[in-house]
Amino acid sequence: MPKDHGIGASPKRREDVRFLSGTGNYTDDINANGQAYVHFLRSDVAHARIKSINTDAAAAMPGVVRIFTGADFEGVGGIPCGWCVTDRHGEPMQEPAHPVLAQGKVRYVGDQIAAVVADTAEQARDAAEAIEVDLEELPAVVDMKAALAEGATKVHDDLSSNLCYDWGFVEENKDAVEQAMQDAAHVTTLELRNNRLVANPMEPRVAIGDFNRATGDSTLYTTSQNPHVIRLLMGAFVLGIPEHKLRVVAPDVGGGFGTKIFHYAEEAFCTFAAKAINRAVKWTSSRSEAFISDAHGRDHVTKIELALDADNNFTAVRTDTHANMGAYLSTFAPSVPTWLHGTLMAGNYKTPLIYVNVKAVFTNTVPVDAYRGAGRPEATYQLERVIDKAARELGVDPIALRRQNFITEFPYATPVAVEYDTGDYHGTMDALEKMVDLSGFEARRRESEARGKLRGFGVNCYIEACGIAPSNLVGQLGARAGLYESATVRVNATGGLVVMTGSHSHGQGHETSFPQVIAEMIGIDESMVEIEHGDTDKAPMGMGTYGSRSIAVGGSAMVRATEKIIAKAKKIAAHLMEAADADIELKDGTFSVAGTDKSVAWGDVTLAAYVPHNYPLEDIEPGLEETAFYDPANFTYPSGAYACEVEVDPDTGKVSIERFAAADDFGNIINPMIVDGQVHGGIGQGIGQALLENAVYDENGQLLSASYMDYAMPRADDVPFYAVDHSSQTPCTHNPLGVKGCGEAGAIGSPPAVVNAVVDALQSGGHDVTHIDMPVSPSRVWSAMQS
Amino acid sequence: MYNFEFEKPASIADAVAALGDEDAQALGGGQTLIPTLKQRLASPSKLVSLTGISEMQGICMDDDGRVCIGGASTHAAVAEGASAYPALAALAGGIGDPAVRARGTIGGSLANNDPAACYPAAVLASGATIFTNAREIAADDYFQGMFTTALDEGEIVTEIKFPVPEAANYQKFEQPASRFAMVGVFVAKFADGVRVAVTGASEDGVFRWAEAEAALSANFSADALADMAPAADGMIADLHGTSEYRAHLVGVMTRRAVAAAS
Ligand SMILES: Cc1cc2nc3c(=O)[nH]c(=O)nc-3n(C[C@H](O)[C@H](O)[C@H](O)COP(=O)(O)OP(=O)(O)OC[C@H]3O[C@@H](n4cnc5c(N)ncnc54)[C@H](O)[C@@H]3O)c2cc1C
Repeated sequence: MPKDHGIGASPKRREDVRFLSGTGNYTDDINANGQAYVHFLRSDVAHARIKSINTDAAAAMPGVVRIFTGADFEGVGGIPCGWCVTDRHGEPMQEPAHPVLAQGKVRYVGDQIAAVVADTAEQARDAAEAIEVDLEELPAVVDMKAALAEGATKVHDDLSSNLCYDWGFVEENKDAVEQAMQDAAHVTTLELRNNRLVANPMEPRVAIGDFNRATGDSTLYTTSQNPHVIRLLMGAFVLGIPEHKLRVVAPDVGGGFGTKIFHYAEEAFCTFAAKAINRAVKWTSSRSEAFISDAHGRDHVTKIELALDADNNFTAVRTDTHANMGAYLSTFAPSVPTWLHGTLMAGNYKTPLIYVNVKAVFTNTVPVDAYRGAGRPEATYQLERVIDKAARELGVDPIALRRQNFITEFPYATPVAVEYDTGDYHGTMDALEKMVDLSGFEARRRESEARGKLRGFGVNCYIEACGIAPSNLVGQLGARAGLYESATVRVNATGGLVVMTGSHSHGQGHETSFPQVIAEMIGIDESMVEIEHGDTDKAPMGMGTYGSRSIAVGGSAMVRATEKIIAKAKKIAAHLMEAADADIELKDGTFSVAGTDKSVAWGDVTLAAYVPHNYPLEDIEPGLEETAFYDPANFTYPSGAYACEVEVDPDTGKVSIERFAAADDFGNIINPMIVDGQVHGGIGQGIGQALLENAVYDENGQLLSASYMDYAMPRADDVPFYAVDHSSQTPCTHNPLGVKGCGEAGAIGSPPAVVNAVVDALQSGGHDVTHIDMPVSPSRVWSAMQS
Repeated sequence: MYNFEFEKPASIADAVAALGDEDAQALGGGQTLIPTLKQRLASPSKLVSLTGISEMQGICMDDDGRVCIGGASTHAAVAEGASAYPALAALAGGIGDPAVRARGTIGGSLANNDPAACYPAAVLASGATIFTNAREIAADDYFQGMFTTALDEGEIVTEIKFPVPEAANYQKFEQPASRFAMVGVFVAKFADGVRVAVTGASEDGVFRWAEAEAALSANFSADALADMAPAADGMIADLHGTSEYRAHLVGVMTRRAVAAAS
């Protein structure tokens, strides 16, 4: 019988009642008294010097309160970068200034030139059109390799070049890897591009700055995955507001996928302007604006080489990547192609030697930062594509080649600085093989061929490092923040609990799954537990939600705080029953004295804590509220094996996904239904990247795919029903729940399976196609078949 | 959106009068015009809605056996009501999504003449006649290149009359993002010959593919077109596909339309 309660049960998501009935409270639903509206005048050219800005006519327009330009922000801090990468030569990365409003130059289509604050949004937009800007256009830097050429136009005049950093990892292995390549029996090489993506959360970004003249307090309501991080970055680095005078609230947030992690100029602007004009200021992004102002994802150009010995054992991997940073460094941008990417290049395999080189490049494009998976999809894609290509070149079965090279002993220290605590890669591959009916594939292929279609099967594995992250480790790697998580558990007098967590839910279902953990620990019903998140005035300093960290790190903090609650409650119970602390047991919400029939209910104990008439006041304080901060000892390492079956229409090149199976090892699972949903959504985005999505710039730096007319999002009929399996479980060894995290796996694990399947289909039709870049669009497939 | 006046007349005559004002513009279902206004790419002084005009609604058969469709009929109404011309009804049922079909109108689509729109292919392949408040225009004279038609300023498409072919079919290959036609081919077989109209592909908008018409008029079967495709020159090239790919798709979609029609 499946459980109906506690860890492992699948209660329906309680937050869906408000999400599905239109009664959520999103940032745009919030309206401050007397608020004004801001419209940002954004650059429509990619690169130009600002010769002059004349706001006189605009300022005289109806309803205009004030117009701000870069000059108003002189002396105000710039948008900070949260991670400093050290290059191959021990030098820090080049880090350009990132002003709130453009100063001197605009550097991408979408860069903010000026901001008009007016009584209504329409008035602000009208006035923005009346601003006269004299721009001297400069050549746009778009292509990464051209950006690094001698004499290339510089995006930032005060930097020595467009190179942010040249990172080598592990630098000491460089020569050994070169030697291994020379000694190899076979080397497979693949050049590929990991396509640039726009995150497209359903809810565009919104910010409202408010200022209370009486108290001097500032409040920012914002669509963020991590309000405390915004408070710290904006308060300490941009505006100089201490935490106790600044509150950041991120209420219901309609999807983030990474792009709502970062601190954006619009947030700082609204907070700054509210104080300047002594009136709340609201900004709501349009979808068109989102395309050119939300941080983009991916955009890596890579060459990977895989060396094998005569027995097909992997002996070395070398990869060379150009990573697009866009025009400025977004909050975590430098970490994505380095520490979230290079450290994953071992994958599921015992390759002894690995060298990763990454050149991060400034271009006149929207800044690029973490997007669901962040670095790990880029690592998985290239590795699993090159393994597939190697299997084909060597004429061996792609599953067998993978199995032969699997890591089987744990803990396993990779040559790229991380230690996998646990895993069972044969176990997930076995689970996958059970789902995919490989023996029936040939018959399915013949059936497709009878209809004039080509059928292909693709498989891949993935590993990811999530549960981000041990603070001391990331500190050594350049993070300018810790990556612990916090929780305060407040028990009320009548026994209900409120958990104030630093994790933030923007669709993940924390309000349902977190109470399941507490219900299990105490033995009470989930309905007695409420989750509060998204308000810096309520929860203790926390780091928010990304990197599949909520249950692994935030959940662990909640467990630690709840353990403290239980320990104290046992003391109270011992006093009430006149027994020794050590003899008290808690089961099904009742405290009892071991070996006796004496018991008190959970509610009796919580009441005693707040009405301490009969209470050990000399030993313990009244009340029942505890806080814990949890800093993980290691990353967690979810892993899995994915398979995709496609049909290609050789006449049109159109790919349809017929079957998709995912076998994941997430360790212990709190709510299987929510985990399935996370995997489904991740695979949907992975299929989107593989087949449809593509942010394309022309040579002038204009974003060609700047609306849904040209940016193809996956829709329901683009994806199949998924087969998912989570039965292969190797619990994480270092967190109290044994959980690993599941939020990004689907997006990490699915793109290579799709492309591997397409290549397999084309090969079966006699086409010597070894690679097609994503998105594998009909046109690209057809063109590949012609050559 | 900029501010504008709004009128919803009940007759064609009143609509023509209202459109006489400077910078007044007709509003059909708004599925093209409203997004344009929201992006501030147009600034009409007045919008004259055509959806309240009963003479421009409805679908019927005339004495010559033509299917007559009011210019303000929605795509959903045509999908539902043009059963006398199944290929046309199917085309209407494949435009956009249910929300678009519930609002968008045939008159709006033809007035706009988007190079990737579906209706122009049906109108041109059927040799339909476009009726306006002022005159009637043969399909062969009506389409004049991307977003360009024979309509004069303020002229309203009031009705379209479609001769019903012996056999017909529309095949649409969707552009992955917009799901407009990347290439759409409408094939119509009449007693006196076959007409083939192609949308989505050409830089000149919808066009008749004469070579295929000749081959199919002689032998109405997909085999008659084996490996045939128009020249890639002049076909649209964009981030979704090259001009060679579009030319190739025209051949594929035409063969499929013939196979489905015969
Ligand atoms: C998401 C989406 C998907 C779509 N997919 C498709 C598709 O797959 N295939 C396809 O063909 N189309 C598609 N369309 C376009 C849709 O069919 C529009 O409805 C159509 O192009 C315009 O018709 P309308 O009635 O909405 O016109 P409006 O937007 O109201 O007007 C368009 C233009 O025509 C003028 N006009 C309107 N009615 C008349 C008239 N009777 N006489 C003279 N001028 C007039 C207006 O002044 C304006 O210039 C899509 C639209 C959307 C939003």
